[in-house]
Amino acid sequence: MSSISYWIVSTAHFRILCWLRHSNMLPTPSTSHVCFDRVYEPAEDSFLLLDTLSSASESGFLKDRFNAESGAPPLVLEVGVGSGVVLAFTAANAKSIFGRQDVLTLGTDINSFACKAASQTVRTALNDNVNPASTFLDVVNGDLASSIRPHSIDVFIFNPPYVPAELPNFTHHDRYSVLPPGKDATSFEQDSYLLELSYAGGEDGMVVTNRMLNQIPELLDVGRGVAYVLLCAQNKPELVKEQIREWGVGWEAETVGSSGKQAGWEKLQIVRIWRNLK
Amino acid sequence: MKLLTLNFLTCAIKTCKTSPASFPLHPRDAELEIIESEINLPFLRNILPRLMWEEIRVIASELGLPSLPTTPPTREDLVEGASQAQATEQAEGEAVAEVEEVPSQTAKDLHRILLETGIKEGKLVCGNCAHEYKVMEGVANFLLPGHLV
Repeated sequence: MSSISYWIVSTAHFRILCWLRHSNMLPTPSTSHVCFDRVYEPAEDSFLLLDTLSSASESGFLKDRFNAESGAPPLVLEVGVGSGVVLAFTAANAKSIFGRQDVLTLGTDINSFACKAASQTVRTALNDNVNPASTFLDVVNGDLASSIRPHSIDVFIFNPPYVPAELPNFTHHDRYSVLPPGKDATSFEQDSYLLELSYAGGEDGMVVTNRMLNQIPELLDVGRGVAYVLLCAQNKPELVKEQIREWGVGWEAETVGSSGKQAGWEKLQIVRIWRNLK
Repeated sequence: MKLLTLNFLTCAIKTCKTSPASFPLHPRDAELEIIESEINLPFLRNILPRLMWEEIRVIASELGLPSLPTTPPTREDLVEGASQAQATEQAEGEAVAEVEEVPSQTAKDLHRILLETGIKEGKLVCGNCAHEYKVMEGVANFLLPGHLV
């Protein structure tokens, strides 16, 4: 085998390995249409969410919680969808993750470009799907889950801006959220601002996450609601979990997925938040 | 944005959430679009208990769509000849369930309204505070100006 053809074969092999690793053999949705200059590109954190939701233990938990006898179709909400890779994965693999196809998916993002890109990602993933499809609603432009009807969410997913970095200045949001008048491309300042929204989390990287956590009890379905929130080591995850358990009777928070172990510290982790009323 | 989405949305202003008038949001000056999709009968049957029927009727009438019946359809209403099939099943004692179910006109209408009819451009108005949220290119914008957050 000539060296060049060996290179091609091994590159293809590597790609297949990545593809399998990232999703427990469930395909990763395509985001090739997304402009990553202004929308967060799928990264280790996104893939950790895919791996965790499709892991044997989590899909077991979700299948048990949302079995056919548990009632009407579950509504999955992802806040801050970015490229839409996580929501699309959930929509396309509803049967593997929840054990049922009649799942509804809904997203929000503060970045209007992300809203359009993510909708496209979910639609493409569902069209490519060989299994009967779940039902995608929309991605709405908004601040966290502020526009969602209370107690209507069964499964909540959040990959927050978790980096300890100064929050962007929101003063120009309206202007930065649309194409400049008469132009067909965003400016460099605009792109920088939109990407900052996707990662900068203020003090301890927790300012946005704390605002979101405060809304969770009002957002989740009282009986079967469950939330998945990604945290990084600098977010002080043990403290965050302690605080959630103090929300009231039955509230639980456990780490159900992690990646990037460094000197005994998990760099990233997924915390499952739910209420055990039994 | 699909009309079924409105079943799960409310006014983004915190103080409105406790007011029943903040749900549903009322479409205004709406330009509709139809995006056809495959009908999913099991989904339609299962979603019935989650539908806020009265509110969906209000939205449909505000959009000038054909008026919906006062009571929500039943699971049986969504399948063509469902009552007949049941009768056959009882008579012959055989599983008729394997025969492919045909969506009734009611199911097709419901699918059309909830999942194929979308608001392309327009506004969504809160019945409590009258705040207007814009819908542009099918995306609703719930971001509030600083003084309302």
